[in-house]
Amino acid sequence: MFVKGELEKIERKVLNGERLTREDGELLFACKELSWLGALADYVRKKVSGDLVYYNVNCHVNLTNICAARCKFCAFGRGGDDKGSYAMTIDDAIKLVTEASRDPHLSGLHIVSGLHPTWSFEHYLTFIETLHEKFPRLYIKGFTGVEIQHFANVSGLSVKEVLIRLKAAGLEAIAGGGAEILSDRVRNLLCPKKATADEWLNVARTAHGLGIKTNASMLYGHIETLAERVEHLIRLRDLQDEPGGFQTFICFPFLPKNTALEKSIKQTSMWDDLRTMAISRLMLDNFKNIKAYWVMLTVPVAQVALSFGANDIDGTIHHENILHDAGATSPTHLEEDEIIKIIREAGRVPAAVDCNFRRVGDEQFSTRKG
Amino acid sequence: MNSLARAKDKISSGGRLERDEILALYEENDLLYLAEAARSVKETKSGKKVFYTVNRHINLTNVCSANCPLCAYQCRSGDNRAFTLELDDVEKILQDAAQVREIHIVSSLHPDKDFGYYLNAVKLVKKILPHVGINAFTPVEVVNFSKLSGKSIAEVLSELIGAGVTSLAGGGAEILSDRVREIICPKKCSAAEWLEVMRTAHKLGLKTNASMMFGHVETIEERVDHLIKLRDLQDETGGFVAMMLFPFHPANTELGKTFNLQGVGSWENLKMLALSRLVLDNFAHFKAFWVMLTLPIAQLALSFGADDLDGTIGEEKIIHAAGAKSSSGVTRETLKKIIIEAGYQPIERDSFYNDI
Repeated sequence: MFVKGELEKIERKVLNGERLTREDGELLFACKELSWLGALADYVRKKVSGDLVYYNVNCHVNLTNICAARCKFCAFGRGGDDKGSYAMTIDDAIKLVTEASRDPHLSGLHIVSGLHPTWSFEHYLTFIETLHEKFPRLYIKGFTGVEIQHFANVSGLSVKEVLIRLKAAGLEAIAGGGAEILSDRVRNLLCPKKATADEWLNVARTAHGLGIKTNASMLYGHIETLAERVEHLIRLRDLQDEPGGFQTFICFPFLPKNTALEKSIKQTSMWDDLRTMAISRLMLDNFKNIKAYWVMLTVPVAQVALSFGANDIDGTIHHENILHDAGATSPTHLEEDEIIKIIREAGRVPAAVDCNFRRVGDEQFSTRKG
Repeated sequence: MNSLARAKDKISSGGRLERDEILALYEENDLLYLAEAARSVKETKSGKKVFYTVNRHINLTNVCSANCPLCAYQCRSGDNRAFTLELDDVEKILQDAAQVREIHIVSSLHPDKDFGYYLNAVKLVKKILPHVGINAFTPVEVVNFSKLSGKSIAEVLSELIGAGVTSLAGGGAEILSDRVREIICPKKCSAAEWLEVMRTAHKLGLKTNASMMFGHVETIEERVDHLIKLRDLQDETGGFVAMMLFPFHPANTELGKTFNLQGVGSWENLKMLALSRLVLDNFAHFKAFWVMLTLPIAQLALSFGADDLDGTIGEEKIIHAAGAKSSSGVTRETLKKIIIEAGYQPIERDSFYNDI
């Protein structure tokens, strides 16, 4: 198209369906050809996942913001006595989901929370069991690799046993968060008290072995180097080769407000967000879905991201807490109509799905059982 | 070859896009194809340069006799939002304007102010900042001056030039279709009058900008016809310096309420920018007006054919009245930073794109 030299070689590889190397990834991050990157990622997106854009009508449930890990990039976690700290009871959770269920299209829950220092694994498990019992038609996706590792640590069970029990309780898929940057250098500096890179990957691998699908993510735009972003993507790609069970990859631009890094780190630009989206699509050649998470990107950027490799725009959310604590300027929820309009304006086809990317619609809806 | 194939053939090997070809490109909706093509046009015309300026907007008044349904800024005199600057107010605004390269003056059509009021404002700016470009008044205002004073358009323009105006603002074009204007701005000058003011200005050696406001009641064909009208006039006179696209902001407007308009998304904004760059092959510069687009989208617009981020602006009132979410001014450093990050070279310019 419009590029020469090394970039032209990369373009040829992509058009031939060849895998990009680490060096290719680093070159892509070094180049300034944003629309070229976007067009290339869009080509791959079309080939891999067609013109559907997936979204879900969902409700986020954050059981508690009291957290033992207190990572430097987080504005959500608090100490037990801190102002604004909360811990839901089971009744609180039921109440929230009952309210969200007024939307007849609600298809599922996304449950992620702080690592509560005194809650047992059984306590978390009870939330899943109860919500599953009360709302059998809603799918439950929940807990990141970090939370699962924490449950193993506090219960003395293996990661595998934890996952088996969660699945039996009604959990259908694992959330993609907590991967941050899969580099122990970065994790030691920012989040030393939570799962290591290997532990996070091990949870995903174990879940995949049990037939539980998971998501993957990358939190970028803090202290990581561009080479570490590439390394992160390659580690995810390697695991997905095993064969893996990653369903979608989510780019999380770091939002510095109200975090320990607020003074030293500026928020990423749209430029960085879109190139990272495109490069992720190009590197993760074995992922079907790439998510433009509108909460962090903002709605306008998420819309444009649909032409930079994304084919998933997340959901209606009901009420987002974690990133709005970090100064997210996007709304705290979107109406389904709005999501549909955003997707259609981009010339694509909206498709409502559940946590395992099965289509949901009015028909499946009435017959779907939990 | 069908229209789309012809369009793409012209884009790769050169040639002017015709109406059916432009519509085919619009229909195809391939955002990044348009982006790459528009960016390539931009780089042919201005290389790696991206321009910005240090400017101030002066809105003399918001009291207006046109009361266009599209506008959230105007009000009637007596309204509690109404304001009208007098000369000493203008002087105050210019007190800390030593670094300013361009003053941009656009206002409403005040029912009680005569042409002299506006002329005097320009003369004052010229007196305080003799070396600064004065980009002032849209053709809508010029037509109004002509009516107020009984002078011809050419006479009005000559007096404005004499007072210190160095270029005309590009606003007020909206959509150059009388069907659309009847709905969105029935009391404003007609499409033909707008074009005639520009033609006359260009003949007098006065450069101007051009614009399009889209995303309200116009059809896609009307957008394309609008661009073609601008292109035709530019062929004739060569007097347009830069093009700007204004996505319609519906908040607080009659038009938004009446037609329940939502405003277009970032996709449509960037698509129209790239497409316009491809259509207006005889325009040198395209602005990404960050006040309307927000800074992040304006930065992205540099990949879609824009080569100018406009200015630091000081205090912008018109678009913020319609719910613009961008801040009302930015620093030179911010503009430079986002240009460099986009892989371009920031160039501080005057009104005529001379490097300062």
